[in-house]
Amino acid sequence: MTSATSRSNPVPKPPPQANRPKPVAPSSAPVRVTGAQALVRSLEAAGCSVVFGIPGGTIMPAYDALLDSTALRHVLVRHEQGAGHAATGYAQATGRVGVCMATSGPGATNLVTPLADAYMDSVPVVAITGQQTRALIGTDAFQEADICGITMPITKHNFLVTDPDEIPRVIAEAFHLAATGRPGPVLVDLPKDVQQAVTSFSWPPELRLPGYRPTTRPHGKQVREAAKLIAGARRPVLYVGGGVIKASASDELRALAELTGIPVVTTLMARGAFPDSHPQHLGMPGMHGSVAAVTAMQKSDLLIALGARFDDRVTGKLSTFAPDAAVVHADIDPAEISKNRKADVPIVGDCREIIAELVDAVRAEREAGNEPDLDGWWKTLNSWREAFPLGYEWPEDGTLSPQYVIERIGALVGPDALYTAGVGQHQMWAAQFIRYEHPRTWINSGGLGTMGFAVPAAMGAKAGQPDKPVWAIDGDGCFQMTNQELATCAIERLPIKVAVINNGNLGMVRQWQNLFYEERYSHTDLGTHKHRIPDFVQLAQALGCVGLRCESREDVDRVVKEAMEINDRPVVIDFVVGKDAQVWPMVAAGASNDDIMAARGIRPQFDEDELFTTEASER
Amino acid sequence: MSRHTLSVLVENVPGVLARVSGLFSRRGFNIESLAVGPTEHPEISRMTIVVSVDELPLEQVTKQLNKLVNVIKIVELDPSASVQRELLLVKVRADATVRSQVLETVQLFRAKVVDVSPEAVTIEATGTADKLDALLRMLEPYGVREMVQSGMVAIGRGARSITATAVR
Repeated sequence: MTSATSRSNPVPKPPPQANRPKPVAPSSAPVRVTGAQALVRSLEAAGCSVVFGIPGGTIMPAYDALLDSTALRHVLVRHEQGAGHAATGYAQATGRVGVCMATSGPGATNLVTPLADAYMDSVPVVAITGQQTRALIGTDAFQEADICGITMPITKHNFLVTDPDEIPRVIAEAFHLAATGRPGPVLVDLPKDVQQAVTSFSWPPELRLPGYRPTTRPHGKQVREAAKLIAGARRPVLYVGGGVIKASASDELRALAELTGIPVVTTLMARGAFPDSHPQHLGMPGMHGSVAAVTAMQKSDLLIALGARFDDRVTGKLSTFAPDAAVVHADIDPAEISKNRKADVPIVGDCREIIAELVDAVRAEREAGNEPDLDGWWKTLNSWREAFPLGYEWPEDGTLSPQYVIERIGALVGPDALYTAGVGQHQMWAAQFIRYEHPRTWINSGGLGTMGFAVPAAMGAKAGQPDKPVWAIDGDGCFQMTNQELATCAIERLPIKVAVINNGNLGMVRQWQNLFYEERYSHTDLGTHKHRIPDFVQLAQALGCVGLRCESREDVDRVVKEAMEINDRPVVIDFVVGKDAQVWPMVAAGASNDDIMAARGIRPQFDEDELFTTEASER
Repeated sequence: MSRHTLSVLVENVPGVLARVSGLFSRRGFNIESLAVGPTEHPEISRMTIVVSVDELPLEQVTKQLNKLVNVIKIVELDPSASVQRELLLVKVRADATVRSQVLETVQLFRAKVVDVSPEAVTIEATGTADKLDALLRMLEPYGVREMVQSGMVAIGRGARSITATAVR
């Protein structure tokens, strides 16, 4: 099987996605160039088309070379954090590698948050940073920071390039590492004199990654074992994580779900992987998941985890999570399997290949006559769905309901648009009340929980999907962390929409203070209501955007439609909403998922008898 | 908790020691000892890492180690199927009155005297951790003035080589 040529690692192949820009025709004959020119040519050849960044002292040679590139679009951001999140948004929206660039020292350290964010959410990002000249490294030189040391725990890998001849190979390796296996961020640190040195450029380079061999093909025996468990399960659940979106496996997932009739839950990172309109979809599991999704997992006898990682926000108290369930765990990262919950059938591989093979294996089981009857399970599930649908109550003080605003945005803008979110209450409501039908339409910061993610991520998503509407659902706290990127959006013609769900407070912290800290509201009032500082409408205008405001239920549809009409510049809508709305359902941090609260003071009582009658026939 | 000896083949590149040791500390694992040196292949270094962990966390740390791009291969060496050695240099107070007794201990342990002065001898010993502990216990009554110990190095018994298959 191994031929002589396949011994060396292949040139990074872009993942199979539509709308891919054609890589620049590779030139095999070496050409004399500067290190900076080699960098730019390598980026072009690797398939990069957009770079988000800010120049500074040590990255200036690269920027000089960038000026001559016709294939690369550079988006000049206002803060390096914006560049990093934009690269993430771009990657999440397109499936391609997102690229950001910054200078050494503070430029590089400003990328730390977005790199940690991309690492937690497994997003393919390549960060290029300038570094002090080789002779000055280690001397505390001006704007020197050991960014490779700093980002070691939050990148999939990083490189300090000390030889200009290595630039094409390192860039090719960086793209390959970022995009393959479990995707993740890779940082390339380039000393200024390495960029200035004369070297040669040829493409494709030979990759040298002897320790990197991700498994993509699943083990056939494991897949058959999983199919056997599926054939015998009476209360199975498909627990779908972000890996299904990364692997572009939505079609395969749907085929598996419809073949088996098993209910589906999609995690925060997987919203859109399975259509919300599908009757088998129970919604999102976890701390703020639907009662049906959380409880289905708790009572299940088989969890089929696909590209999910049993995060604490999903499992609640781990020791009481899904106590009766056998676990099939499919993931491309072997380290995720049995990390938190022991897997009975581990399957390492790419989710698309795994699910496709699983479909075949399940078919084989059915042909052998092993077709489980899930009618009783569905009867129970439907009773939970009917008893505890997602919902909200209008605030008693007559203020605007934030959930209503988000629900209406989703309904009016529709499922073909892209939505990003910051972190907090508005994020959870956006995950709950917008109906997602397609993968890569919901982009948020799941693992790290990075406030301020929405605006720069929307900017990146819009750069990657210019023909689709991109809505950032943001909070007033988050918005004040990164809104300067609206200037970038205005100037670079990236007309995103920003819905600021303005409750005047750090809403999620306030909710916890209300529930767990005896209503002692320590430093969560931002004054955005009390003083109207900042005035988001004026701020939007100052940043070159249209600013709109909406304070009443009657105006919501009109204002959203007005924003939808504007396409020549970004729009910010200040939705002034009540401060006391809360995110429900909720499993308190550290509590068992058995103790889910459907709404304030409402703890579902499940009819255990009904469950056990469905089980009786099996044993 | 039990002790495990991991032989880790890594690319001989700058920063690889920091990547490995950093991974242990941030994932909450304690390294008992770590020794690193070249192999018969100049591009590959070999680390011998001794950790005290239970079986399940050991599997987790091994998987995390395997994810490091510069890590090529990890083999757990069973003590019964491998040779495990540490090196000890110890400076013991030994004037003329007790020197012969100290030298007798040195011989019993098949250790060597590598330096001698009127007040002290410096002893070199290799062996398993147990043997070196026993030697130290015997020397302690004379007065240990200074000691330095290497991390454990280990190699599997028999003709098989873990490096042979790791090279491209």
